[in-house]
Amino acid sequence: MPVPPISDSGTNSVAKPIPTPAELFRGFSRVGLSGFGGVLPWARRLLVETERWLTAEEFNVLLGLCQFLPGPNVVNLAVAVGVRFCGWRGAIAGATGLMLGPFLVALLLGLLYQQYGELPKVQSMLHGITLVGAGLIIAMGVRMGFNVKHRAFYLPFAALAFAGIAWWHWPLPLVMLGGAVLTIALSWYRLSQEAKA
Amino acid sequence: MIVLAELFISFFIVAFVSFGGASAVIPELFRIAVTEQAWMDARTFTELFAIAQAAPGPNVLIVTLIGQHVDGWKGALFATLGMCLPMSLLVGLLFKHWDKLQHWRGRAAIQLGVAPLAVGLVLASGTLIAHSAAPGWIGLLLVALTILVNLKTRLHPLWLIFLGGVLGFLGLV
Repeated sequence: MPVPPISDSGTNSVAKPIPTPAELFRGFSRVGLSGFGGVLPWARRLLVETERWLTAEEFNVLLGLCQFLPGPNVVNLAVAVGVRFCGWRGAIAGATGLMLGPFLVALLLGLLYQQYGELPKVQSMLHGITLVGAGLIIAMGVRMGFNVKHRAFYLPFAALAFAGIAWWHWPLPLVMLGGAVLTIALSWYRLSQEAKA
Repeated sequence: MIVLAELFISFFIVAFVSFGGASAVIPELFRIAVTEQAWMDARTFTELFAIAQAAPGPNVLIVTLIGQHVDGWKGALFATLGMCLPMSLLVGLLFKHWDKLQHWRGRAAIQLGVAPLAVGLVLASGTLIAHSAAPGWIGLLLVALTILVNLKTRLHPLWLIFLGGVLGFLGLV
């Protein structure tokens, strides 16, 4: 039986025209408010699959750079996407869209907590949502892996970063900094070899 | 006024060390909110963390809730801005000029280099989140099912979230 391909409509498509700040605001609002158990898979869904503002490769690169910088990754990503398409107005639109809805929901939940205190049922529900959220993040990582350029060469570094963080529990800044120095230096070398050839 | 400034400055500083986002600095947030500033006890912190997880949106919301606990909606606003603003400005500046470096070999090298690390980090966060939830075998099955369904079908992910919520509510995972 043939295996169905990984569903990802963004993989082979050309990026769509530039979004306006209003579209960025609306898009990232949806991302923020859908983000139960993790926002990143929703951000990729919007950017690469539904709206196609970015190609799968561009998403990998932008997220890679954002993860490399400190600060909330998704907020960084919204700013990076916004500024890329519409300058500072886009950055403000993207980040505000992402944060405003969840901010208000959190305030509401915080007030309810102050009124009622205990939330055991919510917590057991949350447990199930957390597991699904983890699954969605892993699935997104697999998709991203398929979109890495020169896979045979670069994916071993992905495996190393994964093992370093999840298995050996190395400090994250160390893995990211050390890994980046290594992979960027190797890429530089490969590019200069290509330029000579 | 002073407490608002304290909130803003505390989280402004945390933002600079939060490699890997807000979840990576939970211990640091705990140290500030409970140990250093004594804004709340440990139990309240844990409850607020659970609420932040329950709310949709980025996990930086834990900072929002700490702010709210300290000084209502104004506290929430100043805490959130403190955490998000400094890096947003930096990221904005960086990406405003990133495309202008198109012909520099370093730009291509950086782009090629960071992508596989992003993949590794994403896979690691998913695994660590699943691990920290200490799932039984039904829980592990739910994670596996989510991965498979999400990769192989076009089912909207909210259905999976819904399924997870129901299974959790029933105490099955």
